Amino acid sequence: MSQELDYLNETPSQTAGPFVHIGLAPGAAGFDIYKQELGWDIAGPNAKGERIRVEGQVIDGTGSPVKDVLIEAWQANTDGVYAHPEHPGEVETGFRGWGRVITDFVTGEWGFDTVKPGCVAGRSGSVMAPHINLWIVARGINVGLNTRLYFSDEADANAVDPVINLIEWENRRQTIIATRGERDGAVVYRFDIRLQGENETVFFDI
Amino acid sequence: MSKPGEYYQRDRAWHPPALDPSYKTSVARSPRLALISLQNSASEITGPVFGHNDIDPIDNDLLKNYAQAGEGPIGERIILHGRVLDQNSKPVANTLVEIWQANAGGRYRHKKDTYLAPVDPNFGGCGRTMTDENGYYYFRTVKPGAYPWRNFINSWRPAHIHLSIFGSGFAQRLITQCYFEGDPLIPKCPIVQSISDPTAVQQLTARIDMNATIPLDSIAYRFDIVLRGRRATLFENRLEGD
Repeated sequence: MSQELDYLNETPSQTAGPFVHIGLAPGAAGFDIYKQELGWDIAGPNAKGERIRVEGQVIDGTGSPVKDVLIEAWQANTDGVYAHPEHPGEVETGFRGWGRVITDFVTGEWGFDTVKPGCVAGRSGSVMAPHINLWIVARGINVGLNTRLYFSDEADANAVDPVINLIEWENRRQTIIATRGERDGAVVYRFDIRLQGENETVFFDI
Repeated sequence: MSKPGEYYQRDRAWHPPALDPSYKTSVARSPRLALISLQNSASEITGPVFGHNDIDPIDNDLLKNYAQAGEGPIGERIILHGRVLDQNSKPVANTLVEIWQANAGGRYRHKKDTYLAPVDPNFGGCGRTMTDENGYYYFRTVKPGAYPWRNFINSWRPAHIHLSIFGSGFAQRLITQCYFEGDPLIPKCPIVQSISDPTAVQQLTARIDMNATIPLDSIAYRFDIVLRGRRATLFENRLEGD
């Protein structure tokens, strides 16, 4: 016999289900209830840096788009600062760095507007390449999936990023790098997330 | 006083696995390759901060937040309340808790829900609140009904309320479901039973709380939530580059 450790168990996760919109994006469920829904404006009006759009689909193991996903994004500002009291530095007024996006019920396409984040100080003096942290929930996903979105035009920073370099299969690294493009003069990154199968996206246990 | 450090590693065996063939939708939506484990950096330790300006006081009252004046939803009036703690039993203060649920007949107010039970004109089915300085939260609502879903041909969800909780770091982010003590559908539900440890299922089952019940008004159910705890940085293991 020995003493008991008195740590509590984390509450187990359960799927967000097909009707996650009711709670987190009721307008998409088909009704208007809150003064303001949260997470529609990631960067705010005063954010410095390059304005970008990110778009993609979440694709299941059969190759079909998943049409009832909710994704949350968490990112630093252009100076690499998170809007959080424990992170040193300042962010612009109105910059929260957090957003919610849902997929179109017909096409499975999702997209959000933000600013491109800067490099963020990593562990033990390392520098993390610009990235957006993503958390993916849906019916059929029992525990929310964490991944990161990196940027194709940051090849030098990506090459020394401590997280990308943790992925020992070099051919898998491209699954978390969004492809830069342009549409009507605006910068649009494409980031498809593959839940399973060929080119399965790298997901992290954070 | 040492600064709080990394979050405790998530115990994946306590959570449901990504793939559970009895929960059919999980089959094509579960990664087949192993998750890559990360030591926490600033990206995981930090997370969005919310304030009372983000929400309205009425948002936690589902009896009123969608009802027409002088009316209310049909169903058993309940209070859902509890505390948000971390694994060190420390209250998680000022964190956002959001809920959503079906109405008393088991029907969701959602354009994709086609169950034949009626929508309740006085019930939206969502609410949100911030925990107080002790991690305490409460909602007033109606007890949701059970409903059928297409998994096996005769699969029914036990009555449940979905909850979304933030904590202070993105690594604590959690969505779960609260069930109700004594519901005979709990042991028959493939989603609940994807959790292998019966004690973990118990942790998702709210208990009737007669002390918090309001006589002649509403029955209370108590549902405490535990988010990941953090290590104290007793030894140098720097998160920042400075």
